[in-house]
Formats: sequence, C-alpha cells, structure tokens
Amino acid sequence: MKFGIVVFPGSNCDQDCFYVIKDVLGKPVKYIWHKDTDLAGLDCVILPGGFSYGDYLRTGAIARFSPVLKSIVKFSGKGGTVIGICNGFQILLEAGLLPGVMLKNRDLHFICSYVYIKTENNDTRFTGLYNPGQILKIPIAHNEGNYYIDAAGLKELRDNNQIVFRYCSDAGEVNDKFNPNGALDNIAGIINRKRNVLGMMPHPERSAEKELGSKDGYFIFKSVIKYVEKTRT
Amino acid sequence: MIKPNVYHSLGLNDKEYRHILKILKRNPSNTELAMFSVEWSEHCGYLCSRKWLKLLPKAGKYKTLIGEDSGGIIIDDLAIVFKMESHNHPSQVEPKQGAATGVGGIIRDIFTAGARPIASLNSLRFGPLTQAYNKYLLGGVVNGIQFYGNCVGVPTVGGEIYFDESYSGNCLVNAMCIGIAKKEKLMRARACGKGNAIMYVGSSTGRDGIGGCSILASNEFKEGEEKRPTVQIGDPFTEKCLIEATLEAINTGYLVGIKDMGAAGLTCCTSEMASAGNSGMDVELQAVPRREENMEPWEVMMSESQERMLVCVKKGKEENIRKIFLKWDLNASVIGRVTEDGLVTIRDKGKIVARINAHALTKAPIYDMPYRKPGYLRKLNKLKLSEIPDPKDYNKILLKLLAAPSITNKAWVYRQYDHMVQTNTIVLPGSDAAVLRLKGTNKGIAATTDCNSRYCFLNPYRGAQIAVAEAARNLVCSGAHPAAVTDCLNFGNPKKPESFWQFKNCVEGIRDACKSFNLSVVSGNVSFYNESPKSAINPTPAIGMIGIVKDIKKTCSQNFKQEGDAVILLGYCRQDLGATEYLKEIHHLTGGDAPQLDLKLEQAVQKTCLKAIEEGLVNSAHDCSEGGLAVALAECCISNKDQMIGANIDKLNYDIRPDALLFGESQSRIILSCSQDSVGRLRKIALEFKAPFYVIGQTCRRFLRILNGTEELIYLSLEDLNEAWRDSLQKNIEG
Repeated sequence: MKFGIVVFPGSNCDQDCFYVIKDVLGKPVKYIWHKDTDLAGLDCVILPGGFSYGDYLRTGAIARFSPVLKSIVKFSGKGGTVIGICNGFQILLEAGLLPGVMLKNRDLHFICSYVYIKTENNDTRFTGLYNPGQILKIPIAHNEGNYYIDAAGLKELRDNNQIVFRYCSDAGEVNDKFNPNGALDNIAGIINRKRNVLGMMPHPERSAEKELGSKDGYFIFKSVIKYVEKTRT
Repeated sequence: MIKPNVYHSLGLNDKEYRHILKILKRNPSNTELAMFSVEWSEHCGYLCSRKWLKLLPKAGKYKTLIGEDSGGIIIDDLAIVFKMESHNHPSQVEPKQGAATGVGGIIRDIFTAGARPIASLNSLRFGPLTQAYNKYLLGGVVNGIQFYGNCVGVPTVGGEIYFDESYSGNCLVNAMCIGIAKKEKLMRARACGKGNAIMYVGSSTGRDGIGGCSILASNEFKEGEEKRPTVQIGDPFTEKCLIEATLEAINTGYLVGIKDMGAAGLTCCTSEMASAGNSGMDVELQAVPRREENMEPWEVMMSESQERMLVCVKKGKEENIRKIFLKWDLNASVIGRVTEDGLVTIRDKGKIVARINAHALTKAPIYDMPYRKPGYLRKLNKLKLSEIPDPKDYNKILLKLLAAPSITNKAWVYRQYDHMVQTNTIVLPGSDAAVLRLKGTNKGIAATTDCNSRYCFLNPYRGAQIAVAEAARNLVCSGAHPAAVTDCLNFGNPKKPESFWQFKNCVEGIRDACKSFNLSVVSGNVSFYNESPKSAINPTPAIGMIGIVKDIKKTCSQNFKQEGDAVILLGYCRQDLGATEYLKEIHHLTGGDAPQLDLKLEQAVQKTCLKAIEEGLVNSAHDCSEGGLAVALAECCISNKDQMIGANIDKLNYDIRPDALLFGESQSRIILSCSQDSVGRLRKIALEFKAPFYVIGQTCRRFLRILNGTEELIYLSLEDLNEAWRDSLQKNIEG
C-alpha cells in the first residue's frame, strides 16, 4: 500500500499529508512533483491543499493543465484511488474528475475553523470505517468552498449516493445555520460515479491526531488502507 | 557638485553630506548618493535609536543567537529564530499590500537564516472604528495578512489588536515570524571568500517601492501627500517557492551567506553582506533580472521589489544552486564576485557607477537625541477618584466592556487566517498565547505579542515593563517558560524631545524587565515618525515573546473546563483605576498612572502558575488584563463557544471601590481553575513561591455572579455575556 502526494509549487499541505501517512499511519509515501508523470507503484494519490500555482485567477484553473494531472486522469480511469483535499478538490473539479464548481465563500472571506460534517455515505473506500451518519469534527481553511452544481447535476449526485459529507451541527442537524460557506445542499465532500475519486473541502490531515484536537479525519486514510489491502489479498 | 536641495530631498542633511564627501574624497555619483541616503535613513541605519538599543540584554537564560537580520535561541539541537518588524506607513497608505508585504518581509528574514517559518503573529493598532477610514484600514490589513500568510503556508497563530484615537491617521502593523532549524544549518547574512559568487535569486526587479524605506518610513505623514507608488506589491506564491528553494539550497552546504532584499533592496544587500563578511564585492547590474525596461542604475539599486534575495555561493557551485531555483521557476543569476578590497563596486555595462567602502557605507552616524519629559504628564497622571462617579449598574458596564473593540472576541479576524497549516498548533488563537508542538520532540513553543500603549503613554518606563511582564504571564498561562524577546518599537518623531523621552524610557523599561526575567532581546525593529497631522501615536513598544513548553502534553488554555471546579486568584486586587479600559470606555478618560508593577510579585505568581500546570493540576489559566477581573472571568466562562461554563465568585472581600475591584487593571494576577481535590496541592505551591493565593469561588452552570462580601456586583447569564462579546467586532465592521 503506497501513497503519493502531489506537490504543486504552491501546495502547502503536502508536508502535512506526508507526515500523517508516514509518521501517524506508518505507511510508505512519496512526493510527486507537478512536472512528473510517473505514478507507477502507487495505490492512492493525494492532491493536497494549498494554492497550486498561486491561484490568483481561479483556484485550480492552471493546475488542471499540469503534466501530473494527465497521469492522474489515466490513473483514476484505471480505478486508482484519488483524494483531493481543499485545493485538491478544487483541482479535481477543474479537471473534470468530479462534477460541479467552487464559488467564493458566501461571506467572501477566507474561513479557518473547526466544523462538523456528517458521514452521508459510509459505503465507500474512503469512509468504510465510519458508522452511518457519523459526525466528524474537522477543520476547514479556504476562500472558495461554496460548492455549486446545476439542478440536474445535484439530482444525479443524490441519486447515485455521491454526496459523502455534509456540513452539520455537532448534533448532526444539516441546515443553513451550520453551513459555513454557502455550499449547495451543505455539500462538504463528494465522490465520482466510479467511487474511486473523493474530493472534500475539510482537512482530514489536520484532524488525524488527538493532540491537535480531533482524530476524526484519521479514519479516511485508514479506510483507504483497509480497502486497498483487502482488495489486494 | 551636487546641490543641497538634491540631497535634502533624499533625506540627507548638510553634515551628513559633508561626511560622505570625506568618505569618498570626491563628489558622489547619483547612484552613490542614493545608496548613502537609504543606508543612512532612520529605517536602515537606526541613527537616533542605536545608542539606546545597546542597552537591551543580549544574554538570558537560554543560549542566544544574534544574527544580522534576526535572532533566536537554542533548545537542545534546535534553533528557534524569530523577529518582529513594522510595516506601519505602507499599511496606512495601502492597507492590503502594506500588510501583505510586511508579512512577506518578516518571513524572508526568518528563512534566510536557514529556518523553516512555522508561525506568524501580528500586533495591530487602529483608530476607533467609528471612523470609516479606520474600518477600511482594519479590513484591508486583515485582508493583506490572510492573502499573504494563507498562501505562503505559514500559520498565523496569534497577535493582538487595539483601538485608540492616537492611531487615527497612523495605524500600526507589526508582523512577527518564528522559524526552526537544526542549529548547524543556520545561515548568516554575509559575503566572504574571494571569488565566491554573488547570486541574485527570486522575482525580477521593477520600479516598485523605490524610496519606500527612506521616504515613506523615515518621515511623518503630512496631509494630502500621494505616497501610494512607494508601496511594494506582494506575491505570496513566489515567496512560497522561494522558501522551498532556499531551504533546499541551504541544505547543499554550498551557500556562504544569504540576505533578503528588503528595505532598500540591492543597496542594503550588497553593502551589508560585504560589511558583515569583512569583504567587498564587484557587481554588474546588467545581470540583474528585470521586469521593466530602461531602468537607471540607481533605480535598480533602490528598488524594493519583493521576493528577491542575494546569495553568496561557493565558487564552482553556482550551477548546482541555479538548478534548484530553476526547478521552482525562479530567477537565479550570478551578478558579481566577492573581492578582498572592502569596496562595494557597482557596474553598469562594465562602467563603475558606484564604489564605496562597505564599512563606511553601512556605519550610519549615531545621534544623541535630546529628550524631555512632556509637560502634560504631570496633569494627566493625577487622577482624582472622587471625581469619577461610581456607576452602580456593574452588569451594564461589564457588558459594555465585553463589547469594546479592544476587548471583544477577535474571531472575525483570526478566522480569516489559516492558523492550522503545518499541523503544529496545539492551542489555537483566542487563548492567552498560541502553543505549537515541535514535531519529533515532546516539547513545544508558545508565542505571544503584547503592549498596552495607554500605559506607555502615561508612564513609558512602567508601561514597557508591564508589556514584558504581561507577555511572560500570557506564556505562563499556556504552560510555557518565558524564553526570549523580540521587540518592535513604534514611536513618533525622534527629533521631538518629548517623543524621544518616551522612546528612551520604554527601552529602559524593557531592559529592566527583561533582566529581571533573565530574558534576552534577540532581535527587533524601530519605527519612528508614526505621526499624523493631528498627533503622534501612543508610544507602542510591542513585545513578542517566545516560551518553551517542556512537555507538550501539559499545556493550558483560558476557558473553564468543567462545573464544580475551584476558581483561584493568584495575586492582589488593588485600587488601580488609572489608565484602564474602563476609564476610557465608560468615563471617556485617559488619565492616571499605569498600574503598579512589582516584579518580585510577578515572578512569584508566574512560577506558581507554571509549576501547577506542569504538575497537571490546572484546568484553565487566564491572565487579568484590559477590563480587569470581571472581564477576565467572563472570558474564562464564554471563550469556548462549544462549552460555556459559569462561575459563582462569592469569596471576594475587598475594601476598595467596587469598580476598581471589578475593572481595575492591577498587574500580576492570574485566574486558575482546578478540581477541588487539587486545591490543597496548589496552595502549597503558592506558599513555596510566596504568591498570594485565594480561592474566590467555583465554576457552575449558566451564569457569572460576582460578590464582594455580601454585596452582589455582577449577576449575568452566559447568554448575555456571550451576546455582548461574541460578534460585536463583526457587527461593528460589517454593520
């Protein structure tokens, strides 16, 4: 089971993801430079948070043209596991690996804060270790996390059970009051139809150790490891 | 022959010009004159302040490192490098870019020392939010800090914001950065070794920021002046690349020295690196990467374009270093070589445009400025308590103070800063100090900034001492041992004796307090000329302090943790009403003297608190500061919105005015909470250090109640406290 973490020049959560995989989970992991294209031997590719190429235009708009993205599209086409966190999620949307777009946060400010999200679908390789409806305490940190998709797209997401996480209260109420950024339908994370690509705005790597205030994000990585190791044997 | 009006316009006086003639033994070229003018500007040369800065202690309880552009301490095999710097004038002119480039500049000072930046803090001052321009400044500055800090991937973990009329027309933006390095990887800002390469790395050079430091930072604001073109523009994405490339380059072992092109750009870098290395250098300006055409040599030398650095590379290793920067799509160009002649030689197409002795250029004159105690203080310091009406309705006052901009919740600000990236932040913003773990060890560091400028205005010496004492107290409340200091000294025009008296007294206060705590001042910055057409700012010697957490599992935060805990006050409540937030907000009065400060008592209180935290006895610890005991207790109750806990304070028995008891700002006080079982042990620790120790009540369910004797002074629901405190800043700004 080997992880690869993509490094765009403006990534800034790459080292945090690396630390969690290597030091917290004890799994092999390597960095993938954005100009590289070789993903051989990897089971899971993580696109980390940050500001890929500065993101002065639109988040992820340039990253989708990077050499590594072409390989990731192929990798996911063959069923490889891909996780996009925050800026990584934005890039997956721009690259068309996940449906929808990101708008600026409703209050037009960057928001860094702990939020609660509800596990809406625990029947995925990313969430297998969570209970149905489990509420996770997990931080967000973004300017553009206001997820949007047209009505037909939303229906499709719902019909196919692609909405994995929704923003909620600590008791699990999903409504506008507990929607930090205005995301449509409180969407915090989705998967593709093939169920091997996850995009999420909250940062599981920032909530993978108890001493940081929450270990709830740890089980996303752990679920993936369990899935990959099981399918292999 | 250069006419006086030319060098006057560059900020040089007749005496300084004559001195330049003596150094050169000829008339200066345009480029040389420009170089002298920036090196000898107050901002770069510290002409007025240097004599006094020498007083600050350079040694303390931890091994101290003093570098050219930053300083730090050694903990085991790690160097903790940190510094605070002002970007006041640019922020007043263009708040977003001014603040952004302030953050960028201080981060560069840290990683050019070879340290990875792990946290930023900022100390901000604005005029009242009742004025639209001040709102604009606050919004712009916060926007600039988030724009730069979030992108560059350094968490903004703490700081402070105060509002006072004296900052209307001259806001303060002081940015602090902390970095860590293996101690053997530290770099100096020097060039030496004949034939070694001088390389320019980073962004290209344009005309932005020309004269930023000499013109903008070394003068006061006059009405109607257009200074926007002298503000630089920040590019955090390039800086992020520069951090990674630089640290990678340092790791090769091929670098001799490195320096950020901050104020006065290439001029400072060439002359100061040569001077620090006791060498010279010969530089060709045509090799400097540019983004504008037809730049004059002096413009290239003066440009303050951001995200650039000068590196001294071992001869023969230029290509290895160039490759690293190219990988990150950054410029890297050899522009010169180290020489042994002690001269900074600047060429344009081979022709010499400047040739100056590096030591002479960097040794700006030192001035012994006259100082005089301001006459107005005698009257202001006298406070007739009988003339201050007792307001009776203390509940109303407490709610009003909790909503006051300087006291209220600052979450609207720090929510906009990524304070968690790098996954080290153990105690998040909103407590007394931020705490960061040091990965790979069981230790941590705590950091805070502090300064009550009203105290400093009314009593500069004691106000500065209190700033040091309070910063230390904040660290102790988080479970950290105060370790070392950086300072950012913001004052008015040093040529006015009253202003200079404030400066001198503040420096002496910092010196004495630091000596008492055995803390070194490892780095710092002076910002003079903080004046608007109306007045000078309050003297504001912002103190940035770092503390060491010996066991990262034993940290502490300010909010009460559970019902039924004992609430303990360490320290005395005195009738200290002078200089309080209460007088200002409720009675619209800035007067009286700064609170008393007994450094022995302070140490006793701090040692007790720290030992109790390290023994695992304490559930919460919070320092009493602006707004006094009542505000501090309210903050303990409500600062964690997910878990608000009340307190019944029914064991106070003081013979002082009720408003002084509730809102007076007596120093050296800490509020602790602990389980009832731990009270006995805690009392013993207090006894050991001779710290005043009082159980004043216990935590409870839904209210805050404060009695003195049998008289009920405060009785408020947590909801009421929360409503006053939680969102008032946001409402104030967003309407």
